[in-house]
Amino acid sequence: MLEIEIDGKQVQVNDGSTVIEAAAIAGSYIPHFCYHKKLSIAASCRMCLVQVEKAPKPLPACATPVTNGMKVWTHSELAVKAQKGVMEFLLINHPLDCPICDQGGECQLQDLAVGYGSAASRYQEEKRVVFNKNLGSLVSTDMTRCINCTRCVRFTAEIAGEMELGQAFRGEHAEIMPFIEKTVDSELSGNIIDLCPVGALTSKPFRFAARTWELSRRKSVSPHDSLGANLIVQTKHELVKRVLPLENEDVNECWLSDKDRFSYEGLASEQRLTSPMIRHGGQWKQVDWQAALEFVATGLRGIARDHGAETLGALASPHSTVEELYLLQRLVRGLGCDNVDFRLRQADFRADGKRAGAPWLGMPVAGVKDLTRLLVVGSFLRKDAPLLAQRVRQAAKKGLHVSAIGPNAEEWLLPVRNRALVAPSAMVATLAQVVVALAKEKDAEVSVALLGKLPEAVGDDALAIAQSLASGRKVAVWLGNLAAQHERASELQMLAQEIARLTDGCFGFIGDAANSVGGYLAAAVPGERGLNAAAMIEQPRKAYVLMNLEPDLDVANPAATMAALDAAQLVVALSSFDSPALRKVADVLLPVAPFTETSGTFVNCEGRVQSFTAVAKPLGEVRPGWKVLRVLGNLLALEGFGQGDSEAVRAEALAGDVAAALDNGLEGVVVSSATGPAGVLERVTDVPIYFADPLVRRALSLQKARDAAPPAARMAPATLAALGLCAGDRVRVAQGGTGVELVVQEDEGLAAGCVRVATAHPSTAALGAMSGDLSVERA
Amino acid sequence: MILAGCDGDRTWRLQDYVARGGYSALKKIVADKVAQDAIIAELKTSVLRGRGGAGFPTGLKWSFMPRSFPGDKYLACNSDEGEPGTFKDRDILRYNPHSVIEGMAIAAYAMGAARGYNYIHGEIFEVYARFEEALAEAREAGLIGQNILGSDFSFELFAHHGYGAYICGEETALLESIEGKKGQPRFKPPFPASYGLYGKPTTINNTETFASVPFIMNMGGEAFLNLGKPNNGGMKLFSVSGHVNRPGNYEIPLGTPFAELLEMAGGMRGGRKIKAVIPGGSSSPVVPGSTMMDCTMDYDSISKAGSMLGSGAVIVMDETTCMVKALERLSYFYFEESCGQCTPCREGTGWLYRVVHRIEHGLGRPDDLDLLNSVTTNIMGRTICALGDAASMPVQSFVKHFGSEFEYHIENKKCLVPPEVQYAGSQIYVSPSC
Amino acid sequence: MLSQESLQQIDREIAKYPPDQKQSAAMAALRIAQVEKGWLPNELIEFVARYLGMAPIAAFEVASFYNMYDLEPVGRHKITVCTNLPCALSGGVHAADYIKHKLGIDFNETTPDGKFTLKEGECMGACGDAPVLLVNNHHMCSWMTTEKIDQMLAELDKK
Repeated sequence: MLEIEIDGKQVQVNDGSTVIEAAAIAGSYIPHFCYHKKLSIAASCRMCLVQVEKAPKPLPACATPVTNGMKVWTHSELAVKAQKGVMEFLLINHPLDCPICDQGGECQLQDLAVGYGSAASRYQEEKRVVFNKNLGSLVSTDMTRCINCTRCVRFTAEIAGEMELGQAFRGEHAEIMPFIEKTVDSELSGNIIDLCPVGALTSKPFRFAARTWELSRRKSVSPHDSLGANLIVQTKHELVKRVLPLENEDVNECWLSDKDRFSYEGLASEQRLTSPMIRHGGQWKQVDWQAALEFVATGLRGIARDHGAETLGALASPHSTVEELYLLQRLVRGLGCDNVDFRLRQADFRADGKRAGAPWLGMPVAGVKDLTRLLVVGSFLRKDAPLLAQRVRQAAKKGLHVSAIGPNAEEWLLPVRNRALVAPSAMVATLAQVVVALAKEKDAEVSVALLGKLPEAVGDDALAIAQSLASGRKVAVWLGNLAAQHERASELQMLAQEIARLTDGCFGFIGDAANSVGGYLAAAVPGERGLNAAAMIEQPRKAYVLMNLEPDLDVANPAATMAALDAAQLVVALSSFDSPALRKVADVLLPVAPFTETSGTFVNCEGRVQSFTAVAKPLGEVRPGWKVLRVLGNLLALEGFGQGDSEAVRAEALAGDVAAALDNGLEGVVVSSATGPAGVLERVTDVPIYFADPLVRRALSLQKARDAAPPAARMAPATLAALGLCAGDRVRVAQGGTGVELVVQEDEGLAAGCVRVATAHPSTAALGAMSGDLSVERA
Repeated sequence: MILAGCDGDRTWRLQDYVARGGYSALKKIVADKVAQDAIIAELKTSVLRGRGGAGFPTGLKWSFMPRSFPGDKYLACNSDEGEPGTFKDRDILRYNPHSVIEGMAIAAYAMGAARGYNYIHGEIFEVYARFEEALAEAREAGLIGQNILGSDFSFELFAHHGYGAYICGEETALLESIEGKKGQPRFKPPFPASYGLYGKPTTINNTETFASVPFIMNMGGEAFLNLGKPNNGGMKLFSVSGHVNRPGNYEIPLGTPFAELLEMAGGMRGGRKIKAVIPGGSSSPVVPGSTMMDCTMDYDSISKAGSMLGSGAVIVMDETTCMVKALERLSYFYFEESCGQCTPCREGTGWLYRVVHRIEHGLGRPDDLDLLNSVTTNIMGRTICALGDAASMPVQSFVKHFGSEFEYHIENKKCLVPPEVQYAGSQIYVSPSC
Repeated sequence: MLSQESLQQIDREIAKYPPDQKQSAAMAALRIAQVEKGWLPNELIEFVARYLGMAPIAAFEVASFYNMYDLEPVGRHKITVCTNLPCALSGGVHAADYIKHKLGIDFNETTPDGKFTLKEGECMGACGDAPVLLVNNHHMCSWMTTEKIDQMLAELDKK
């Protein structure tokens, strides 16, 4: 610890602290622009100059290390004179366009100019003009306002992992720009808006929508991925105008992914469902809630009576709240049925009844920085979990060695030291090889359950991964979405468990949705007698209740799901959005609130329970999903639907110790080292970041981003050559009797013999399962 | 000393250098396994001060390098000579490149550096090419590379060229540039001795500094010091330019009277009267000619005259010089060369240039001189590197010593030096009629 | 995009630096690319960036920071005259004026026949040789009297 006196106040700081950090502890505000606690030190804006005892010149607080006994004055005459001098320089070329600047009211330059600027400018020359740059659909530029703090440049290089912006030219001509004609395509790009201390980079969707002081600010939680980034949602006249990060060092730090930030545009979609609707003889009719709910209650009760309660089924999106998931399963079970599931993309349910608790990440998110080895199995890490990937990226700079197993090797913008690029059907065998090699490295026995089930030969890639893991001090194995959705997911889980045991590390699931963990805690999974999500489709039900999902986009097998729903007598859809697919299969549409119009809870991948309240009034006749389910429960005269508010629902749903309920332990699944048949083309399926849930699908600006390109049939060069295809060719991709036409794209980061075809998009909705054989023919 | 016995473009090769006694210092050090400390001690005795401009004692600088460091340590030679008035390193590199190579090899030995780079100003590309040839000769002869002269001492040395950025003469900008980036100076601390090239301990010296090392090793630190005067050891190259009859490099003992140096350079061109001298490169404060005539050429004397010896670049101006125009050109230079990183320099150098420019063009305002003083005060000492100070010192000193000329410009919207004689001394090679 | 010979030259430059520091060769690689192609169009900068495993914008930062790189096409012979103070005191400005007069162009202009581009240079570290100028960045000409300028232009005109 070091002693430092700042403005007469003694404080103690850690070794290696800078003066600006010490000042924050001492409660002295030092004006600054280029400094940001998460970025490297530039020390270039010079606004934070302070007086330091014995230093002849003022020193930049951001870059001056604290020495023991140092005395600093942040507001002495010398310091203020230096700060005012810098402010004058910053302002001479800055336009006086504050009245029309979106940053007005939340501009660091404007705020500081009030304290440090002078009333009139001594600069009589013409001000500099800098041309604007096209950074894409999300970030708007007014580069003349730029003060060259380079925060945005450092962000792209250091946090987002790819230098997409630079400061080109020099001196007074220096300007921030992307490479000519290129946009900023990072999935984290919106953070540069927050980082920009002036109005040079502002939000394109928010542009001119409101002044900051007109906005109400409310806390919320992102519904999009398993991290649950904390949000500040800003509204005006009950409409969401902007979303900003709410800093939470343990979750999202001070960042948001673009999906978290810009998905709010979907809230204003024309497809918002605003009143209950019933289909009568092929015609959709708006009805009031009373009529709609009575229709549903009568329908469900009738089918349960006529055909047995087990002919009902309920499917819920894992993006639903804990409260919704809990009441949905209570409702179904109240009717005497056990068919409820929220794992809509899962293919292997062998672990049901054999797992020790709710599957989760197996470690705290903030613990990533302490890892020394990480094995990621079957994940599109960067796009599926952008901020988790960001943490891995930072940890990798500090010595974390990352390995990966899976059919995909797209750029994660972090060093992957060892990789086994194998087809989905070979993933289990490859992971089993890692176990074998690891046991050898560690001179340990494999668990009895795996004895005789593991391969004898170990490939080079698996060996390298095992050696990397064996040399780690703190090891984790993460099963990504592709692993969790894998046909043999439970075997992968068994093997991951074994690796964790052998390395004294941890293992767990990244999770594909806001409530991938919460769904288990809310018991929205079938019990022993019930059918899981896949079984409910394979063995069609007479009636379905759908919660927050689009049946052609949010399920493992869209074609089969649509067919099963189409054949059912009654389909009740609780949804925030209308869609042609829903209209095709549903009989009742109940408009339920998106996350901004309801209270609710998400349990993130690390088991963190995060509740939120509505930030805006529900649109039209929209009602919170939990209330709709409660009233429905009452209408059906079911027990236990008397909760007065969502807190009461949550209290019931999450009764007991949540932490104790988290457990990835698995026993009794038989592992086989068999691989798939040779010579067939295997499907690899990703859920593209901006198609992953109903809200983001309708966020217009995100839909213009590069990551929202329509799916292609992606294949490795060798696969293309074997099929005699070239990039750009049109092909017919067929699977289980149905097919779609797609454009061929070369993908060097794909295992040979695989065809990567995204799901969750209308153009591929006619296809079947997310894995397995498919055929490709020139169209 | 460094340039003694060199015959222009004809005797730069290894054999010529060896014939002049070259590489004997390195050979002796390697053969006798001279202790690293002994070399640094000898340098300290010599009071060799950095020849690049700052004048920092070289021996002391070398002693800052961490002794035991796991991994590579680096050396860099700063041959990015682009300070207006300075042109000595170019002559050293083209007439005696091996003296630099030997000096760097000795430095590498003394500091345990495994690799070195000589950063050569981009505009003297032919010199870069020649240095590459000299390196090839030295490598061939086992004087650099692995197991130098059969010993277990290894040192790899390469040439890196600039491509038109004055700021790379700043040592940390130079390191950034070697790393393949823009030459934007780094904030210090950390200093290069702890965090230098590729984040490794690095020592950077000027070309002339390295070139002096073999001579000091041969003659001994004491003898070198005695060539000059106390605290101002040794011989020094002075680049004399401007209104003299024989512009060029003159290697003389520190402490030589300026008048003698001027005489060596052939005296004032056309016998005109001396008006002003910039004694240490364009960023050192200008000194009135009369003051300068009483100075000796060493760090202390020039400092007493209110300027700096700097790199030893002496720019001489005669009575036909318009000081406003002269300053305008220098201010344009600093404006043009500011790297754009930190605010006071990026914004301030342009402001200074524009104010001087308008004074020169008859658009000056009554309070412009106060404005210039105020803006320079706001730049000086507030920037990451010394370019802010370098841009400010000429402005302050020109206004201080020649304020009346600036005032005349502002009041009368014309120059004090009559147009018919203005720059008469400058039109030497080119007929004025064109 | 670049000839085998240029690529070999770039590889030699890369070899000067530690294996994980290929970017260090950026300045030399851009220079070699410019010598072959005459100037640095964006595609060429991007090519060099990819060759060295660096972000294209990082290579553009370098190309735009150092002023001997040409981001616009130049004439077959680029003449850069130093007009900084020490040179100006010994005829630098007058030499530049003379060339402007001879070629009928100003700084940053190219003759209509595409043969000559004239640039104003900053200090080249050769003030004792004033007037000095560079031909195509790499060849320095010293003490450029009117006669020598005439002779130089005549020779270049033939190339």
